[in-house]
Amino acid sequence: MSTYVGQAMKRKEDPRLITGRGNFIDDINPIGTLWAALVRSPEAHARIVSIDKSAAEQRPDVVGVFTHEDLAADFAAPMPMIWAPAGVEIRTPEHWPLAKGEVKHVGDPVAIVIGTDRYSVNDAIEDVIVEYDALPVVVEPEAALEDGSPLVWESLDSNQTHEWSVAGGDADAAFADADVVVSQRVVNHRTAGAAIETRGWVVEPRGEHVTLHSATQIPHILRFVLSLCCGIPEDKLRVVAPDVGGGFGSKLNVFAEEILAVLLARRLQRPIKWIESRSENMAVTHHGRDQISYVEMAVKRDGKVTGLRVRSVCDLGAYFLALTPFIPELGFPVGNGAYDIPAVSMTFVGVFTNKFPTDAIRGAGRPEVTHWIELTMNKVARELDMDPLELRRRNFIAADDFPHETALGIVYDSGNYQGTLDRLLERFDVDAFRAEQKELREQGIHRGLGFSTWVEVCGLAPSRVVGPQGVGLQGAFWESGMVRVSASGTATVYTGTSPHGQGHDTGFAQIVADRIGLDPQNVNVIHGDTDQGPWGWDTYGSRTLAVGGEAVARAALKVQDKAKRICAALLEAAPEDIELVDGNYQVKGSPDKSMTMVEIAGAAHIPPQELPADIEPGLEETSFYDPENFVFPFGAHACVVDVDVETGKVKVVRYVAVDDCGPAINPILIDGQVHGGVVHAIGQALYEQIVYDEDGQLVTGTFVDYALPTAAEVPTFETDRTETTSPTNGLGVKGIGEAGTIAASPAVTEAVVDALRPLGVEWIDMPLTPLRVWQAIQEGGAA
Amino acid sequence: MGATVRIAVTVNGAVRESEVEARTLLVHWLRDELGLTGTHIGCDTTNCGACTVHLDGESIKSCTVLAAQADGAQVTTIEGLATDGGLHPLQDAFWEKHGLQCGYCTPGMIMAAADLLRRNPNPSDEEIRHGLEGNLCRCTGYHNIVEAVKTAAANRVSA
Repeated sequence: MSTYVGQAMKRKEDPRLITGRGNFIDDINPIGTLWAALVRSPEAHARIVSIDKSAAEQRPDVVGVFTHEDLAADFAAPMPMIWAPAGVEIRTPEHWPLAKGEVKHVGDPVAIVIGTDRYSVNDAIEDVIVEYDALPVVVEPEAALEDGSPLVWESLDSNQTHEWSVAGGDADAAFADADVVVSQRVVNHRTAGAAIETRGWVVEPRGEHVTLHSATQIPHILRFVLSLCCGIPEDKLRVVAPDVGGGFGSKLNVFAEEILAVLLARRLQRPIKWIESRSENMAVTHHGRDQISYVEMAVKRDGKVTGLRVRSVCDLGAYFLALTPFIPELGFPVGNGAYDIPAVSMTFVGVFTNKFPTDAIRGAGRPEVTHWIELTMNKVARELDMDPLELRRRNFIAADDFPHETALGIVYDSGNYQGTLDRLLERFDVDAFRAEQKELREQGIHRGLGFSTWVEVCGLAPSRVVGPQGVGLQGAFWESGMVRVSASGTATVYTGTSPHGQGHDTGFAQIVADRIGLDPQNVNVIHGDTDQGPWGWDTYGSRTLAVGGEAVARAALKVQDKAKRICAALLEAAPEDIELVDGNYQVKGSPDKSMTMVEIAGAAHIPPQELPADIEPGLEETSFYDPENFVFPFGAHACVVDVDVETGKVKVVRYVAVDDCGPAINPILIDGQVHGGVVHAIGQALYEQIVYDEDGQLVTGTFVDYALPTAAEVPTFETDRTETTSPTNGLGVKGIGEAGTIAASPAVTEAVVDALRPLGVEWIDMPLTPLRVWQAIQEGGAA
Repeated sequence: MGATVRIAVTVNGAVRESEVEARTLLVHWLRDELGLTGTHIGCDTTNCGACTVHLDGESIKSCTVLAAQADGAQVTTIEGLATDGGLHPLQDAFWEKHGLQCGYCTPGMIMAAADLLRRNPNPSDEEIRHGLEGNLCRCTGYHNIVEAVKTAAANRVSA
């Protein structure tokens, strides 16, 4: 069946994108479009004393200025947070699109100005005079938990949002019986998604109907939530995600500005556009990570890890967005990493601070878990004087032990962790490296090596685990696929997932082409428009292929089945005797009796003869797919760095990544995801950090101070794959979009520490900026 | 609207005349007035390079040039890079080598790469990486962008 699947086919998306003919949000310009800009708080915490709109309203180029009070009657519901775990109270204050009486972080929107053009509306926001009465500010999450801390929400008696725990096995016994207990405080600092395209929208009202074009990852969820928040029935609201210039989780939310778009379009009956500035993007598009974790590992002298205990303090910011308090917990299904640890106990404590909310950024909870597990394993190895790879081998879940139920009751679908490590070591000669490292040290060059043997949980779904009856997200996570074959024999595929760079158009065309017998060039993939195709649950959590791709594959197989029945009727054969071979539907044993999909499609629409009564006209099928389980990709990565001990500057000189995401649909797409994912983690490990000062002012509000890696900072990558089929879905595939980001930060961090260990350095928290590395060298005392 | 200026700029080979507000950025004029939306905007601070175009043959960031400053000059945007109706060798190489994912940084990256190859037709990996460090990409990790530029160079590109 695989003619196209597995091929490194060039992407169908690219011709328009490389010639400047994409259709991104700011490229959409309906005639007569007004512009929106927001008045935002310069204070991190303050009472709003007064808002004077008069000067702005008097400007000839301003159409209107709106505050919370002006729009209060239009809001049908506050902005939702959708996690409601059984038995755990999550203190969820009301959150409105515009500040109601108080601001709680820098950038909190106070008013929205609608004007006639891009420039003048930004002039006009300067004319809205807001008087603030400053309130005490808290920015450090551990300080926020102390008695007497300033309160982000005075209506609550503390800044703690919730405490959620999960445990399996007898951790207390494991620690009591341990030969060695290793402890480590691990900081996973706050980062930004930093898609190169910022957020933005264009909204078009037509009477009661509103179309919202938004640079979003989640058009379907967005329409559903907007209908509730704005009190507009879903049939009168269409959400379209055009070409979206990167997401990385940062466009996976229902943002205040999107609610304002729908309400103001309905009020003003004019198209309106808002394009977020980069400074806004850094301040008011959700951040990621921001956990301080206390990790303890119980170990026997032979290297067997018997227990893991973690307490993680999670800085959630001032409000909740859709998933804010849940995201740290998303790491729990891989709480024991790739290791067979019989007792695991994890506790997450959420904290309000005067910062913008955190939420899902590429990896979302799983990079944090991987970072602490992998680095703590290294520390255990040193404590036992054991090779860190040998320690891993002794604790890996064995390849013949899948499906494997972990201590936390999660079933890892398939894996061969030893296999990916072996493949990595075929490509990376550790002994040769150690010899080279020794030689270089004698020349004053400090080179280090770090590994990560990681496992990821993804493919969100399954609803029974993630939804209301499982961990308590108030949604479902199945996916839809629809395949429609036209009368002339071309196909249109509708997916409920919504891309922002992944290559859906290409990968899904390959999957469908094989299954219905067409060339992928004649298979068009449609997504991101709630008026086209069935309901879907959009793109995040590395779910596109493992959930959305499977739905599309199943719909295609239904089309194939009907095509066989039509073919059988026309060729006077039994349907079960028709087989699809090289794009031809042919009678088994009589390949000269055959039809192409083009011929069958014609017959399905304009039958040349009467077809049997049980065959309906047309050729279109839909599948809704909710998997039984997650998928668990895994791999082994090695990173080599050089550290300039005079300046503390780190250079990644080699990176080898062996990944296993099951059989490849298109290998170039996999490599691309790995490259980008790893660089995202290198960014977090070495350069990127969202910093608020003690007054809650955002210090890293532009790309000048928030340092994304450039081409000059990162190496050429060496990638390889092993293929372990997932039993979860028919394609046998696992996700790969977040894998590199989940995998890489511990390898990079350990490489730096390995380079500096002779100088007395044992630990550096990310980001390993020159200043931090230099300080660690000074504190190491052996420089 | 503040003070205006009359400008005439040769854009992708054709003279375009316009009355612009003096503060109008070149990138906004190209996009909003001329409809050349292939040139993108990704930051406020001249860091990301998504807005890279050629001004009198050299790559510049069009968010940091006033439209008025381009008066009398030649501007080439991604829409005008290929001159024979097909693909420029760099466009072809970015497609061939999977040098783009979301495609948002891509026009600026290609325009910067075209200027790099004009100045240095045979760059090393290191020279490509340093030559493109004014252009940010969040998707690709740059690996395949470097491959694409090498491929285009090997195909004897000169802009």
